Amino acid sequence: MSKLKKFTQNQLFMPIVCVVLVLLINVVYDVAQGRPFYEFFRIYLSDAAEPVLQGRLISILNRGSEVAILAIGMTLVVSASAGTDISVGSVMSLCACVCCTVLAGDMAPQTTELAVPLIVGILAGLVVGCLCGAFNGFLVANLNIQPMVATLILYSAARAIGLLVNHDFIIYVRNDTFAVLGGYVGPVPTPIIIAAVCIVVALLVLKKTALGMYVQSVGINRKASRIAGLNSTLIIFVCYLICGLCAGVSGVVASSRITSADPAAIGLTFEMDAILAVAIGGNSLGGGKFNLAGSIIGAYTIQAITTTMYNLGISSAVAPVFKAILIIILVVVQAPPVKAFFARRSAARALNAAQKEAASV
Amino acid sequence: MKKPANALKERRQMNSNTLLLLITIALFFVMYIAGMIIYTDKGFSTVQTLCNLFVNNAALICVACGMTVVMLTGGIDISVGSLVALDCMVLCYGMANWNLSAPVAILLVLVIGIVMGVVQGFLVGYLEIQPFIVSMAGMFFARGMVSVISTDQLSITADINQAFYNFANARITFPFGATINRQGVAIYPYIRLGVVIALAVLIITFLILRYTKFGRGLYAVGGSEQSAAMMGLNVKRTKMMAYVTCSLLTTIGGICFCMNGLMASTTTADGFEMDAISSAVIGGTLLTGGVGNVIGSFFGVLINGTINALVQTDGRLASSWPNILTAALLCVFIVLQSIFAKIKEKSK
Repeated sequence: MSKLKKFTQNQLFMPIVCVVLVLLINVVYDVAQGRPFYEFFRIYLSDAAEPVLQGRLISILNRGSEVAILAIGMTLVVSASAGTDISVGSVMSLCACVCCTVLAGDMAPQTTELAVPLIVGILAGLVVGCLCGAFNGFLVANLNIQPMVATLILYSAARAIGLLVNHDFIIYVRNDTFAVLGGYVGPVPTPIIIAAVCIVVALLVLKKTALGMYVQSVGINRKASRIAGLNSTLIIFVCYLICGLCAGVSGVVASSRITSADPAAIGLTFEMDAILAVAIGGNSLGGGKFNLAGSIIGAYTIQAITTTMYNLGISSAVAPVFKAILIIILVVVQAPPVKAFFARRSAARALNAAQKEAASV
Repeated sequence: MKKPANALKERRQMNSNTLLLLITIALFFVMYIAGMIIYTDKGFSTVQTLCNLFVNNAALICVACGMTVVMLTGGIDISVGSLVALDCMVLCYGMANWNLSAPVAILLVLVIGIVMGVVQGFLVGYLEIQPFIVSMAGMFFARGMVSVISTDQLSITADINQAFYNFANARITFPFGATINRQGVAIYPYIRLGVVIALAVLIITFLILRYTKFGRGLYAVGGSEQSAAMMGLNVKRTKMMAYVTCSLLTTIGGICFCMNGLMASTTTADGFEMDAISSAVIGGTLLTGGVGNVIGSFFGVLINGTINALVQTDGRLASSWPNILTAALLCVFIVLQSIFAKIKEKSK
């Protein structure tokens, strides 16, 4: 009993329940459609000349990479500053635009040749991401501006600046070297590798250094942390910087996926998905303690839900309705008054049982 | 000796908020007059341009009023843009396919708005869920419902609903400020009924915030929930009512939006929520709650609208400039706010 209770009160309980639910829906649907129950888990090599891994699981991992990368940065930001960075989607699009513009060189809207080595373009994108993160970080950490208002600036400006960088064009870089980032290395999709590397690095840094603890302590009480000797301002700043970097990485991956930089389409509503991933992961948006694994499971859960909905034949336009209902169910279950209600009920039940026992003795 | 010092400090604190409001108002006039001087030859100095500013932003004025009410309690509602889209879609689809009469259709969207507000308000007020997440769900839901109703671009023509069409196209013509066109006919400036609705909403919201128990309660809850609760205010109910008010005003804004455009699609009013939030912030409303005023938000909307109008009148600038300029302005304003807040803290 106590083990079960421990498990249900674990932070990862809700995210895992979500994943299991999504898997179950898929399996039930597949069986109902007359397909074998393991259809969802089937991974196979395609028949092309250069075989690549395919299957629904692979597609979820592949498509969910960007949100997973964003979720890393978002988790830190939410934890340290008790606010959300709503600019990540726009920053993604700006980074993609800068990366493609640098790669395309002389402002040709369509190119197959790289004007500069690939690494320069990628670095340019990442640097812009870091700059955006630093801007947000400065406003939030140094000027004490509410995170949402501070990031609102780049939310509306970054996409517009991207359009300006592109001279109102969609820049196509139809180059095989560039396409690798969003394509395949051998049989494995590259975004999965990139996301895995990011996650491993983040986990290592947070586990092996004190950064994770610092971030949590600043998130729980900024003043107390400062008095205890932490540089709260710097820590919050670094969190936003990392978030910007994550946005840069996913922006470059997203543009490579479509081998172009479309300012209006890249990263659209990704900020919502990233925040949602953090919330589904059982992290409080009020800051403080965080669980990175939860956020990442949350990110892939969102993608699994999306893929499942397409699988069930729900059109992409209608999908938000179901997403909304899901969010509400998730947050209502986790809401403090609801939790308190259930806690009261189970306490009353325990009391009842104890009284009965006492009476029987 | 203590009392006068305190009073002085208090007056200074009052001043910093009023000062920001004054800066906002002054900025609007400076921008507008500068525009009139620079773009005289392009017709920016006519009275009609000013009227158009109101006609085009009538919906945003209503929505910004609603947003201010929610922001005063320290919350936020990012579902307003999608709700405006849903209102437009229900109006268009309802009149075209369900043969609703105009008043019934308007009543229907008002009910939808209130229901959205009650649900969101309940989740935020009584279940203590973060407003951002709740209204994000509301945003997805409303935007999705638009697609459920129809993914086509619908429009209202005179054939579909004569009454609504006439109502939307009605002009209120001013007897002054006429421009003479090439044929030598004097054209008097006009506004549409949406502007009247928006201004009425503005004045009523202003009066409610200033003089009613509910309005003062909003400020109290935003200032400090704990103190408000200790004073005997029903914090949960006040918060819920704030969201209901916001959704109701947004719905009125949605009706104005539909009257102005007479059409609906899945991308209607994209990014409207951020326009409303930035207008309120430029107008001096703090996202932390407790400080703000609809008059500020009104001028915030006008500043946003003026930037758009100036870039459109110029015609040479890329389409992305209004966004960048608004963002830059927003940046300046929130930095100013933060500096004022720091000064206030030091004087304590």
